Amino acid sequence: MSTQTEFVIPVEEAPEPGDHYLNHTFGLASWLLTKDHKRIAILYLISISFFFVLGGLMAVLIRLELTTPEGDLVQPDIYNRLFTMHGVLMIFFFLIPAIPGVLGNFLIPLMIGAKDLAFPKINLLSWYIYVIGGLFTFYALVSGGVDTGWTFYAPLSTTFTSTHVMAVALGIFIAGFSSILTGLNFVVTIHRMRAPGMTWSRLPLFVWAHYATSIIQILGTPVIAITILLLAAERLFHVGIFDPKVGGDPVLFQHFFWFYSHPAVYIMILPSMGVVSELIAAFARKKVFGYHFVAFSSIAIAVLGFLVWAHHMFVAGISVYAAAVFSVLSMLVAIPSAIKVFNWTTTLYKGSISWETPMLYALGFIGLFTIGGLTGVMLATLGIDLHVHDTYFIVAHFHYIMVGGAIMGYMGGLHYWWPKITGKLYPKFWSTVSALIIFVGFNVTFFPQFILGYLGMPRRYHTYPAEFQVLNVMSSAGATVLGLGYLIPAIYLIWSMRYGKDASDNPWGAVGLEWETSSPPPVENFETPPVVTWEAYEYHESTAMHSLAPSSRGSYRVG
Amino acid sequence: MSADLAHHFDSYEQQAKSASLGVWVFLVTEIMFFGGLFTAYILYRSKYPEAFIAGSHQLDIALGTFNTAVLICSSLTMAMAVRSAQLGKRTAIVGFLMATILLGSTFLGIKATEYHHKWVEHLIPGESFHLDEAHLPTHHGKPVLSDLPTGIVGESRADAPLSTAPRSDLQAHTQLYFFLYFGMTGLHALHMIIGVGLLVWLLSPSSKGKFDADNHNYVEGVGLYWHFVDIVWIFLFPLLYLVGRHG
Amino acid sequence: MTQPLHGFLRDAPLFPPRASEMARDIDFLFFSTLGVLIFFSTLIASLIFYFMVRYHRRSPNQVGRQPQGNTMLLETAWIIVPLILTLAIFTWGAQIYFAAARPPAGAMQFYVVGKQWMWKIEHPSGKREINELHVPRGQAVKLRMTSEDVIHSFYVPAMRVKADVIPGKYTMLWFKPDTVGTYHLFCSQYCGAEHSHMVGRVVVMEPTDYELFIAGAGGTGGTSSVASGEELFVTKSCNTCHRPDTTARAPMLWGLFGKTVAFHDGRTTVADEAYIRESILNPAAKVVSGYQPIMPTYRGQLSEEEIIQLIRYIQSLKPNAVDGQVR
Repeated sequence: MSTQTEFVIPVEEAPEPGDHYLNHTFGLASWLLTKDHKRIAILYLISISFFFVLGGLMAVLIRLELTTPEGDLVQPDIYNRLFTMHGVLMIFFFLIPAIPGVLGNFLIPLMIGAKDLAFPKINLLSWYIYVIGGLFTFYALVSGGVDTGWTFYAPLSTTFTSTHVMAVALGIFIAGFSSILTGLNFVVTIHRMRAPGMTWSRLPLFVWAHYATSIIQILGTPVIAITILLLAAERLFHVGIFDPKVGGDPVLFQHFFWFYSHPAVYIMILPSMGVVSELIAAFARKKVFGYHFVAFSSIAIAVLGFLVWAHHMFVAGISVYAAAVFSVLSMLVAIPSAIKVFNWTTTLYKGSISWETPMLYALGFIGLFTIGGLTGVMLATLGIDLHVHDTYFIVAHFHYIMVGGAIMGYMGGLHYWWPKITGKLYPKFWSTVSALIIFVGFNVTFFPQFILGYLGMPRRYHTYPAEFQVLNVMSSAGATVLGLGYLIPAIYLIWSMRYGKDASDNPWGAVGLEWETSSPPPVENFETPPVVTWEAYEYHESTAMHSLAPSSRGSYRVG
Repeated sequence: MSADLAHHFDSYEQQAKSASLGVWVFLVTEIMFFGGLFTAYILYRSKYPEAFIAGSHQLDIALGTFNTAVLICSSLTMAMAVRSAQLGKRTAIVGFLMATILLGSTFLGIKATEYHHKWVEHLIPGESFHLDEAHLPTHHGKPVLSDLPTGIVGESRADAPLSTAPRSDLQAHTQLYFFLYFGMTGLHALHMIIGVGLLVWLLSPSSKGKFDADNHNYVEGVGLYWHFVDIVWIFLFPLLYLVGRHG
Repeated sequence: MTQPLHGFLRDAPLFPPRASEMARDIDFLFFSTLGVLIFFSTLIASLIFYFMVRYHRRSPNQVGRQPQGNTMLLETAWIIVPLILTLAIFTWGAQIYFAAARPPAGAMQFYVVGKQWMWKIEHPSGKREINELHVPRGQAVKLRMTSEDVIHSFYVPAMRVKADVIPGKYTMLWFKPDTVGTYHLFCSQYCGAEHSHMVGRVVVMEPTDYELFIAGAGGTGGTSSVASGEELFVTKSCNTCHRPDTTARAPMLWGLFGKTVAFHDGRTTVADEAYIRESILNPAAKVVSGYQPIMPTYRGQLSEEEIIQLIRYIQSLKPNAVDGQVR
């Protein structure tokens, strides 16, 4: 123990009441017309939470219906609308915007020592575009929704359904521009707005992850935009792009669709991986092992992610040679993710590990993502996919990644940076309890679905053979627990905004520019613009730690 | 907009470089956007070459060529406008912007005329689409469509003369061609309209002398956008107008 | 009806029945990769738990210890090892997938048409079924499938195979059942309102029982496909140009199936189901060398089933004794 470095962390120090971004101005207009990236992050937090609740309600109804083999809760076409809207809302209006919109927006300028993003007005525009897209989709929902599945395959979506395809497609089209503009903003910000001394090799891995995500948003989203336009044209004018009766090709739709939608899943997971890197570093008080490997693995995932789309189409009649190529590439894209998992785990070795809630979420992420990711390798295996494609095995796989992975990372990040964002601490007992409830509830919900999938239960089924009931009941029971698990943080986080203990600048004793300023930060982020002379995650004993005493907040120069 | 430095930037240079990078990144998204349509074009052209030849021959090559020249000239005037902005020459900026607006509007006007022609000839995809068989292309009196699938005229390999029997699939596939024609040129025209709008928007600050060596980001940005739209047309023109045309 | 509690506790399998050699192969592959998954997940989880406890923060100001020495070896190792593993798994999986795409010679040829929301199946003998597929044990079965409307997918979990069923083209699925029994048939590509009801049964019978089944009542029976096709050939006036005694007006169809055909632009193709279908729907696409493109298209005039019947009829045409040549 004697060789451990000690530094002073004024964890219990009372913070100064001050002028910060939350109390600098008041009134609805000051929020709805703000150009402050921190306020825009809060706006995103409110709207994505709304859609998460909506999508979650649909999940509850779906699982409720599936407790019995017959379709006795809702009519088939209602059920079909439920799973479609669940997918659309969760993917386009929660998972894609959540971490970049809330945590990315709030933290990237802080982490790189900038006053704001490169284009603050475009940032606000991004939020408005997202809201408008959401409103169109919400309108479609209350008008009866769509029943094509979130994948909108032709010719079902072009010719054979009479539901509100156009409204939902329009909503997604519009929301896509929000994604593109956010990505554009982040790329320019990271290139041009870094503080003096903040070289690329000193960037927090959270920033690297968002950079890679932004590349995908920029390159991929326009393709879904044009796909939606083609879908709309086909639906409105029956020109025949996807209609085999006049020479079109329905499988072409799948190529166009998945060319975006596969990289989209990396938009959903990369930011969460960035969060996990920050949490591991902070709660093991160590530099992330293999920093450069983890940084470049994000870029590798972004690049390789564009080359694997047809692994969604192995049984769609594509050539076996094409299938083989896509299978190999899909194996390759698993490697950078494996690199991250190994590096994170190794970081824990000889760390100083705290069991705070954010760390519990981070560790949960690593375990569940490993399982989800390896089932992905199984799906990339041609011989296995023959059997389990379009079954509950797939459903379980992507929920392990998206819920067990992405959402856990989001929850961990939300808890970790909550004191920075709100200036308040949340109750530790309830946060620990809910993290454990979520972990248990999640596994009880989705693990049985792997078994159901191998048994052959297809996805998007409203009724099923009686022998599948036990596993379905188990899954639905887990979903109840999971739902409760999410409810608890909603309550105590909101509660903490009014009644929580005040947070100091750096309640976790973490290293990072965002912790060098007050909680919550002032409008311009830093009282004095920082000059960086230290590496990322400098918990190293030989580096003189920058003092966190308030009197020296004027200077961030190490030495 | 003004010559002021935005509060979150440290220097004019940082502001200018950020604006420039932002526009380039945006243009990359536009490439991906148009890219989807180009991909559909490539796929269906290789699948139905004769329909693409037939469809292409319905377009007015004179107007198309003239329009191409107009657009290339407009890129020249746009570049001159950007140069003038860099030099802070108020009158020159306004003049070159107006010239670009004029040329861009000419392009759009001609495009509208072409679209009207297509409407009259029943070549708008939809219920009333009908390709007039009499307008199928010929070469030295022989029907071009006698050769499949290379689309190279004059390489008739058949010994016996082939009749131009009506082919109902040709109608469906040519309709696909026209869908792509209207889709691609329509999307392009929409971008042109937005471009002209941006140029008009620049007139007021230009005439007030807001642009100089330190701050001309907006003009440069619009210039980049305009050049991009021009380049898209450079690709569209041969792909749509010049299919199977030789000699 | 909901079964009482003890009912579904009794019938809650965790594993699907296996009814073919390929199913066995796929299961072996699956469990092997599952083993890899369990190994790595357990390894990571154990390390996490161990490190959490062993290196639990002892005092509020404690920091972690940075690693010493060369970390490159470790980094390289955990790139190379997963790479080798995944490529090995890929190779194994690809082998099975390629085998699934290559039906053995002599497989029984069935035809399947999927439509919202039923499966229409036809035996080689011409017998037809709806939502049920009776097959003999020990014989390879090849299904040639298409859809009349949207994309469906023909999925038999017990055989571990599926293939999408797509309008406008034919896809193929084959399996060789080796265990008698009744197995689920599911549609596994979402196809609209009654997707979950587009289900049926695959019944594997002893060969003798299958013969009895074919001969007897059951299924929707009726006229055989070939006979229906012959009728269509006349009513749709194909026979005015395609005649067994002359090739003056149209290419010879008798003995055509399976032969190589040459077109006037130099290309050739084998006359299979897809070629015949294309010639019926888009005759101008491939014009046989020496002929004029005067055959009218039948697009819009024939259902998928009728096209299949015509194909079956043409398949059945043996070379004519007088003029056995195919031009």
